[in-house]
Amino acid sequence: MSTIIDGLSLGSIYALIALGYTMVYGIAKMLNFAHGDIIMIGAYALFTMMNLTGSPIVAIITAIVVCTLLGIVIEKVAYKPLRGASPLAVLITAIGVSYLLQSVAQIIYGAKARPVTLFSLGTVKFGEVTLSLSALVTLIVCAVIMVGLTLFVKCTKIGRAMVAVSEDKAAAQLMGVNVNNIISITFAIGSCLAAFAAVFYLLQISATSPTLGSMPGIKAFTAAVIGGIGSIPGAMIGGILLGLIEKLCQSVTALSPYTTAIEFGILILILLVKPTGLLGRKRREKV
Amino acid sequence: MTYFGYVKNDFKFKHIVNYVIVGAALILFTVLQLVGAIPRSTSYLLTQISYSIILSVSLNLVVGFLGELSLGHAGFMCAGAYIGCYFGGILSEYIGSKLLVLIISMLIGGIVAAVFGLIVGLPALRLKGDYLAIVTLAFGEIVRNLCKNVPWFGKSLGLSTKTYGVKLFIVGFAVILIMLILLQNLIRSKHGRAITAIRDNEIAARAMGINVTYYKLFVFVFSAFFAGVAGVLYGNYATPVLYSFFSYNYSIEILVMVVLGGMGNITGSIISATLITIANFILTTKLSGDLAAIKNLVYALILMVVVIFNNAPALQSFKEKFSFAALNDRLMEKKRAKNPEKFAADIRNDSAQWSRIPTKISMDEILSTDVVSNEGIRDEGDKPSAK
Repeated sequence: MSTIIDGLSLGSIYALIALGYTMVYGIAKMLNFAHGDIIMIGAYALFTMMNLTGSPIVAIITAIVVCTLLGIVIEKVAYKPLRGASPLAVLITAIGVSYLLQSVAQIIYGAKARPVTLFSLGTVKFGEVTLSLSALVTLIVCAVIMVGLTLFVKCTKIGRAMVAVSEDKAAAQLMGVNVNNIISITFAIGSCLAAFAAVFYLLQISATSPTLGSMPGIKAFTAAVIGGIGSIPGAMIGGILLGLIEKLCQSVTALSPYTTAIEFGILILILLVKPTGLLGRKRREKV
Repeated sequence: MTYFGYVKNDFKFKHIVNYVIVGAALILFTVLQLVGAIPRSTSYLLTQISYSIILSVSLNLVVGFLGELSLGHAGFMCAGAYIGCYFGGILSEYIGSKLLVLIISMLIGGIVAAVFGLIVGLPALRLKGDYLAIVTLAFGEIVRNLCKNVPWFGKSLGLSTKTYGVKLFIVGFAVILIMLILLQNLIRSKHGRAITAIRDNEIAARAMGINVTYYKLFVFVFSAFFAGVAGVLYGNYATPVLYSFFSYNYSIEILVMVVLGGMGNITGSIISATLITIANFILTTKLSGDLAAIKNLVYALILMVVVIFNNAPALQSFKEKFSFAALNDRLMEKKRAKNPEKFAADIRNDSAQWSRIPTKISMDEILSTDVVSNEGIRDEGDKPSAK
């Protein structure tokens, strides 16, 4: 039972990160490799503000602001000049950005892991099982964010504009949607989600290092791909599935060293059977 | 024109220059090594250069010629290094000659990596671009994870190998030569043109009757084979072979070499692999601790600047004026103006030469009814000069 709750809460962190990937992919048609590293920068922002002020609220707000701005800046500087260029070029640039953020963090803060304690939550007992409260909080807040995001995309004007841009950029532009602004807003939202992911991830591991974001980033991307990239419910399902698989594998002693291999193996299998992921739509390629 | 005349004309230099560079380096350093003029550290550096060149040139085949992004090259190298060196260790008990053991273990490592290449190539048939990149990345991590946990390979301590010694780079350079002969002839052949056709437009290539499945698998297997060989070279240079070396960052380092040298440019890959390895070698001794990250910072910047410069639509007109190719074109233009008859004959003769045929024609251009734009493409090979 506690394994499942842990899996769900890890899974919802993955789902949050995967949402960032999937929104950017749906709208800008590019893989934002630097997304995981935005989480890492968010974690360092939390670390710095906790040391300066000691107040978790200030730290969290700062992290959100820093990540959002960073997302917009990255989009403007690195990705905007390449709009319309080949996908390979954009992908390589994104890898460059990810590498850049990692090395900047290492130069400033060092390669060592730095401890961060935002706030400590105890455990609760439900009858026989003991559950960690932070896992529950993560689960609930993530669920709220996901519902909020879905409503935002469905009901607000900006959200509908996003859907329009992801369906057909040129047609959206003709309908009076400012495509550049929408892409910037998408990056801002994705990075803001990354900041939340940083908070919850730190609640679980309570230390930050320059490579903090790369593994969860890759795994969350895996989750987004499993669910069908570009689809918001797909990202949630994929994230939670991956989190459950990871925690279940870790709880079995014989399998635990091979967790990474199993997760990525499942990704490859799913892609072989359904190349667009579980909920992805198939796009027919036209000449 | 005879075959030799055709070869003599102008890409011959481009084609032979790689053999000249590598062959000269091989002979020069071998002689120096036998005389004893090479210090130990330099010979290690040469070994590093040799396996870096093998890795970057073989990755260039996938990224530059086939046009698929592979982020798992270090994974192939890892498989080759662990398995090749493991069998090398067993063989060395039965075979006395160290060189023979090295060659056999390189073959084993290469073949094992090639099998892995086949396995990765299979999803490559159904997936494209970003999806394929993530699958190759995932694959690299799977290999690393398995090598870390399989009991024969020393677990987290790494596989301890017998190092070959200071003469290893001679073998390394010989492997580069063999690889270049295979690869350059492949690229100039009908198969190579099929591969670049797939890169430029897969659907059009399929419509032309090119067996896309076969060529994609072939390229992945070929490239993985040499990555495996490079892995065995690495394993004979460094002991213990440690899984953490083959992380996804190393795949990216190889990618930086390819991008910096120019995608689809073999000479460029050789030069940039050499420069980056030398820079690494110097920087790792100069920068210690956290400052070592400056090296990565520089890589990241190089990667971004080179890619944005080469691909940004807004910068295309700037690039057309100032890139090396443009300068070269202008120079040729002047030469042509001086002696028009000679060049007219030359161009007529090698109009079948593949490097002159514009491969980057967008599908719209081919299908468009706009006669003028089609004319421009056809004329390029026929007329002595456009103006």
